[in-house]
Order: sequence, then C-alpha cells, then structure tokens
Amino acid sequence: MSSNTADGPIISGKDLRVQYGHREILHGINFDVQAEETIVILGGSGSGKSTLLRTMVGLEKPTSGAVWVGGTNLAQASAAEIDEVRKKIGLSFQGGALIGSMTVGENVALPLREHTKLEASTIEVMVRIKLQQVGLLKFQHFMPSQLSGGMKKRAALARAMAMDPEILFFDEPSAGLDPIVAAGIDNLILNLKKALAVTIVVVTHELASAFLIADRIIVLDAGHIVAMAPTEELRQSTHPRIQQFLNRVADSDAGDEVDQLQLFTERI
Amino acid sequence: MPRLRIAELLSSIGSAAESRLAYLGGLAQLLVRASTHVFTSPLKRSLSFQRACHQAMVIGVGALPVISFITFFIGVIMALQGAYELRRFGALRLVADGVAISITRELGPLVTAIVVIGRSGSAFAAEIGTMKVTEELDALETMALHPIGFLVTPKLLAMLVMMPCLTIWADLMGVLGGSVFGVLGADFTFATYLAATIDALFMRDIITGLVKSIVFALVITGVGCQEGFATGAGSEEVGRSTTAAVVTSIFLVVLVDLVFTAIFYVTGGS
Repeated sequence: MSSNTADGPIISGKDLRVQYGHREILHGINFDVQAEETIVILGGSGSGKSTLLRTMVGLEKPTSGAVWVGGTNLAQASAAEIDEVRKKIGLSFQGGALIGSMTVGENVALPLREHTKLEASTIEVMVRIKLQQVGLLKFQHFMPSQLSGGMKKRAALARAMAMDPEILFFDEPSAGLDPIVAAGIDNLILNLKKALAVTIVVVTHELASAFLIADRIIVLDAGHIVAMAPTEELRQSTHPRIQQFLNRVADSDAGDEVDQLQLFTERI
Repeated sequence: MPRLRIAELLSSIGSAAESRLAYLGGLAQLLVRASTHVFTSPLKRSLSFQRACHQAMVIGVGALPVISFITFFIGVIMALQGAYELRRFGALRLVADGVAISITRELGPLVTAIVVIGRSGSAFAAEIGTMKVTEELDALETMALHPIGFLVTPKLLAMLVMMPCLTIWADLMGVLGGSVFGVLGADFTFATYLAATIDALFMRDIITGLVKSIVFALVITGVGCQEGFATGAGSEEVGRSTTAAVVTSIFLVVLVDLVFTAIFYVTGGS
C-alpha cells in the first residue's frame, strides 16, 4: 500500500466509478481536496453527491478507480485499514444519526471511550469542550429525541469532532432547517475553519451556504463533475449547467412536474 | 408440457430452498462474527460487558414476571389435563411426574423462548431496524465501530446467560403451578408433591431443557438481529422486519425443538 506524499492532496478521486446494482451513479470522476481547505460538493438531487460522500468515508465501495483519503486507497484497503482512516475523519450526518439510546454527552464520548485509553474524567472534559464549541454544553444530559433538528446537527458535529479529526465531512448541513438556524450552522462551520487546522468537505444543494463557506466548489451533475473551481471563479462561470443551477432554472422535464404541482395547488 | 411444469416446479422448489439455506448461512455467519468480537479488541471488552449486563437486565429480569405467571398457569393446566386422563386409571399420583417431565423437558424452555421472542427478539429487530433507517448504523461504521460487535455481541452474551436462567425459573414456576393442583385436587401435601417431582426427574431431563434453551437463545438473537440489519429504507420497513423476526423465530424455535427432542429420544434409550 503506497502512500501519498505529505504535500499532496488529502483526498483524491481517480476515475472513480460507483454503482448500485446495475445503475452507475458516479461515472469516472477525478477530483482532489487539499489539506486544510474547505470544499463544497454542490449538486441537485440524484447528482451523486451523497454517493460521493459515502464513498469517501468507506460506506460504499467503488466499482473501479481509486479514492485516496489520508494516504489510503479506500477502493483496495482492508477493513482494518479503512477503520484506521475512519479514526482520522469525522462525519456529521444529515439527520444527526445520534445513537438514540445514549445522551448527547455519551454520544460525543462514544468514539473516545471505544478508541482511546483516556481516563473517564479526561473524556468528560473533552466532551464538554466539544459541546461548548457547538454551543450545546447545557444539553449534555439530554436524549437526542429531546433536541430540535438544528441541535441534533450540532450534536452530531460535536461527535464528529470528538477524535480531533483531520477531515470533517458534512452531509447537507442546512437541509431541513429554517434559514436562521441554517445560517447558524454555516457560521459554526466558518468558525471551525478559522479555529482548527482541519480539512472540511461539505455536501449540499444550498447555493448561498456553498458560496459562503467554500474555498473551492465541485459541481456534480448526473454523476459527472461539471466544474471544480475556486468559489469566485465559479460565480463567473458561463457553463450552461452551472448557470442553470445558480439561477435555479428548472429542467424542462422537471418543469412539467412543477407545472402539474402548480395546476394541482391552484385547483385547491 | 407436463414435463416442463415439473421442471418449473423443481426449479422453484430449488430456488426457494436455496434462499432458505442462504438465510440460515447468513444467520450462522452473523453469530460467528458476533462471537469473535468477544475475543478481539481487549480495550472494548469492559464496555461490551457493561452493555451485555444492561441487555441481560432488559432481556432476563424484565421477563421474569410474565414468564412466572405464564409457566405457573401452564403448570396448573398440565396438572389438570394430566389428571383428567390419569384419574380414570386411579393413577392420580402420577400427576407430579407428568407435570415435572413435560415442563422441564419441553414446555419450560419452549414457553420461555416464545415469551423472549415476543419481548426481546422483536425488540432486537425494531432497535437495529430503526438505527438503520436513521443512519445510526452508518454513523457507527464511520466511527470505526462495528455494528455487529457493538449491537449483536452484547445481546448474544446476555441471551446465552439469561435464557437458561429464565428456563430454570420457568421450570420451578411450572412445578409450583402443578403443586397447586396436587395439593388441592390430588391428596398431596406441598412437601410430598415436591418429593414426588424430585423422584420423577432425572438430571438428564433438566439438562436437555437447558441445552434447548441455549440453542433457542442463538436462534432468537440471530434472527432478531439479522432481520434488523435487513431492514430497507423507511419506517414501515421496521414494522415488516419486526414481524418477520417474530414469525421466523417462532418457526425456527419449534423446528429446532423438534430436531433436538428427536435427538434426545434416539440417544436417550430409556
């Protein structure tokens, strides 16, 4: 197992293909993420962005090609090697995915208890620090079911940060939140970016949030990368598909669905 | 044409058999992987033990009241049913023997298994199924924690300890139920009923019951967890896998019971 050089990209995909059954989701994409940059993977529903995220954390196995994360090719790594990579990354799930039978504090403590030999008192202190960073210190002893959607995402972030990861992944951080809470999450990510020397990979379909937090943006469409550029450059791009996405123009066939919806709502 | 039909029939039987065998293979694989997690990663052993203790409380201690009542009543029922036939031969004193043997060899383990399926087998499937739907299983994996080691191993350990314990308790309660009839309807005193029970039982009877209960523990844990992991997307799928866990567990428990009873019969001699 060869390793990338320290200066090279921390994550890179080489002709990466992923398929579910016979349906190919990612059609041979190439990309890279530099250490300590914040990259946003932007795309609509069905663009393959969630699949790309799942592939980068080893939840999906590529059909062909390579995906290097922190010097390990997840396409060929053994389960033990993938576990070693996973100890260096944190993933904040869309719905939080907090373990429902444990309190918020126990959720954050879980990776520390399982993977380190730290004393219980040390873990307690670390948990409180992580919860403080996401503004949930008061909710340490709450059960996940007692939290709001935004708080669950914050708690999930605290858990993702528990092991001081080199790479933080976010799955749709602002999905399902009202604009104010969503802006709060964006600010949180911006603060983390300033405070920690961490690589941040965000998967989202929210344009405003993407332009706010990203250093670079990868635009995915139907399993292909249509653009990979610094944020400012992308804003100027004239690529029709990007313009369509940026200007929120519906596809012609998708438009039919919208028309039908309008017809339906007008009738009511 | 008929030949074609037969071929179709055979192939459908074959594929059905293949999928059943694959299911059993999956079950065995799950149980083996869960047991290997007991011996790997010493760092996690104490946490796993804690979780197993918690499960043991839920599975075992939580089931005590309902198992006590049910097996007590079944003890009374067996005594009544036995007495109905035995009194025609004037052999009412054999009620104690009948109850003791039927409870320890058969009904104690079986009724315990069915209650545990209803309480815990279904709960395993629902818990793991819900965790799959809410991405909690994915979350465990991305934290480099293995869902099988984290969720199945503690349940398996707890079940392997608690099922025999519950079965012994069920045996006692069943005999107690029988003694109520014995004292009220068959001229026993409590002490003579117990003495008759002890006389009637061989260690072998109790041990066959306990062997069964351990196999039942494997079946219930395996099926409950396997159905949980097999849950598809969406909350209605959790209901489906819970139902499947209960139905499949009951079926397999009775099947295993039949196989073991037959083995004990053939090897028992007397």
